[in-house]
Parts: sequence; structure tokens; C-alpha cells
Amino acid sequence: MTDEQIVSDLAVILNEVAGVDQSKVSAAKSFLDDLEVDSLSMVEVVMAAEDKFGVKIPDEEVKNLRTVGDAVAFIKKAS
Amino acid sequence: MKEIKNMSRPKGSRVSGIGVYRPKRKVSNEEIAPLIDSSDKWIRERSGIIQRRYASDKETVSAMAIAACEEALKDSKISSIDIDLVILATATNPAQLPNLAMEIATKIGATNAGAYDIGAACSGFSYGLSIASQAVLSGECKNVLVVGSERMTDFVSEKDRGTAFLFADGAGAFVVSPSEKTEISAPTWGADGNLNDWICMTKDWPTYMNEKDGDFPALKMEGQKVFRWAITEMVGIAHKTLEKAGIGVEDLGAFVPHQANQRITDHIAKSLNLPPHVAIARDGVNMGNTSAATIPLALDTLRRNGEVKSGDLALLMGFGAGLAYSGQVIVVP
Repeated sequence: MTDEQIVSDLAVILNEVAGVDQSKVSAAKSFLDDLEVDSLSMVEVVMAAEDKFGVKIPDEEVKNLRTVGDAVAFIKKAS
Repeated sequence: MKEIKNMSRPKGSRVSGIGVYRPKRKVSNEEIAPLIDSSDKWIRERSGIIQRRYASDKETVSAMAIAACEEALKDSKISSIDIDLVILATATNPAQLPNLAMEIATKIGATNAGAYDIGAACSGFSYGLSIASQAVLSGECKNVLVVGSERMTDFVSEKDRGTAFLFADGAGAFVVSPSEKTEISAPTWGADGNLNDWICMTKDWPTYMNEKDGDFPALKMEGQKVFRWAITEMVGIAHKTLEKAGIGVEDLGAFVPHQANQRITDHIAKSLNLPPHVAIARDGVNMGNTSAATIPLALDTLRRNGEVKSGDLALLMGFGAGLAYSGQVIVVP
């Protein structure tokens, strides 16, 4: 998968789980500060991303996923 | 061989009365927010909580439990002298001993009752209800009082961003009595001690006493981990509980989960595909998380508001520290 595809799929998940406007999602955006995804919504995003991309994102890794780009990099490495 | 006679067992058990105690003082999000660098909006978004109740010095664990038990007895129309056992579920007895169920039994006039405390934190009421039902079904007790009473604010740091806005105080009680039918289902319960550090105390008492100027032992919680555990595991537990009771979600009149966080309630309810006629308990919005007291408090509110009626089936689910969980189906009295 390309980075763009992963960002696009994450945008769909962020919209479904946390009501984030898909057009605002890009690699540089911070989940918390820019997209206002709170800690519990982040859990839901992680669960949906695990299903979508077939990867396991450990609890200790979640706190390192500050931006959408961080998540893309982790998903690429893990899948 | 001689045998012991005069032991009869009822066909079933039932909840015959419900009583609650809500502390007088209402505490808004605005009052709490400054201490945790937060806001009303932040608290509402993360928990759904709008306000909670904090107990005064006079509203002790025992005092609140006594008030809830008296109301439950009145609701059941059973006299306190006909109670054979009083079970208190609490995690917040301020002293190691004595346990508080004895004082509660005595003060409500349950002079023929045995009395003891149990500890299973937020699952405590569900566990206690199962024990009470088993005691009635065995024929050893006719009527049992089970009460959850908590002063969570004694054990939560008002400055902890992860817990301060969630937890609160209150009490609720059921009277459990014999029935001609099964009106309390067998529990689906369990415990995963490998996860016991997800909800625990910051330190134990000996550690605290050996420190010179340490903070008191307070509740701490891995909120994200507990959230994920609750919204995934409790769905399967709910299905198992319904299966054990031989019913489906369409048979329910109410879903009464432990009021940990409204977002957990939303998630579980959605995953269970509850039909629109099933009332979903949301008492936590106004009462916060009162640990072992949430389930009777939440069912009381549904009854008072006319959202459930006598004879409806309600799915109760406790879950929390341990991590422990317990679900059962009851017929609403």
C-alpha cells in the first residue's frame, strides 16, 4: 500500500469513529492537537486500524503515534 | 441413617425491592475542572458525565448503605427481622476492620441476619447479587439484602486527570427473596488477575507509612486499556449471560451496565444491537462512577422515570478492578 492509500483509509476511519472531516486528514496532522481525537477515540481508531490493515498496534506503541504520519509509518512497518 | 429435616428449597429467587441513597451535594464539572486543568466540555466528551454527588462527613459508607437498605425493605414490603443475611459490597470502607455489614444489619433492625462485606470493586454489586441469589436458592436464607455503598472520593486524588472527574459517592440495595419462578439468572462471571495493575492503588499502606511526606494511596487507572477491554470483552460476556438465561436481546426491557463511562455504555449497547425498546441506563451522567453502587442506582432511575416496568427483564453487568466482571439477567420488581 502507498502512504496515500493508508492516509485515505485512516481518514475514513477517523471520520467514522471520531467524526473528523476527511479532507482535514494528512500525514502532518496531530491526532490530538489538529484533529481533536481524544484518548478514548484514539483507542477506537487503533482498533479499527488493526482490523482494516491486519496489524497489531501494542498499547505501548499507541502513545508514540502522535501524527497521522506516525501511524502510517507504523502500519507500513508492521504489515 | 438419620437425616436433617426441615430444609426446603425454593424454585427460584427474585429481586423483591430496590432502594438507593444519593448524597445531597451535587458537584458540577465546572467545580472539578480547574483542579485537573480541564473544562466542562472536556469532561463531557470523555465520559458523558454532567454532574456527580459527593458525600459529606455524615454520609458515611454505613450511613448511605443503611438509607438504601431501608428504602429497599420498604419497596419489598419485607420486614428487617425477616432478613437472614446482609451483604455489603464496598471498596471504600475507611478502616481495615470491623467490616461494615454488621453495623448496617444492626441499625436497620435485621437482628436475625448474618452479615459480611465482599470486595470486587465495580463488579461488587453483581457478585453480591449472585451470592444473595445462591443463598436464597439453597434454602439457607429466605430474604437477603445486598447493598453497594461507596465513597470513592476518599480514595481518588482530586488532582488526577485520569480519575478525578469520573468517580463519586452513593449507595444502592436490592432485597432478594424466594420465588416460584427463576427471576435472577445464573451469573456469567470471571476475573483476570493478570490485568490487576490497570485499576489499582498508587501504593499500599505499609509503603505509605514508611514514607515521610508521601501522598496518600489513591486510585489510579490505565484509562485507555480499561476502555478497550470493556468495549471488547463485555460484549461477549453480555451474549453469554443472555444465552445462559435462555433469552435474546429482543426479550430485554433494560440494559443496566456498570456506569463506568457513558462512552463504554454507548459502545457495548451498539455492539449488542439492542432494539429501540430496550431502555439503556445512563444514571452515570448525573451520578458519576460510584463503583459497587452504580447498578442499583441506575435501575432505580429507570424505574422512577417509567423507562422500565415491573416484570421487564434487565441485563445487569458489573466490571472493573481486578479485573473482574459479572453479568446476570433479572426480572425488574
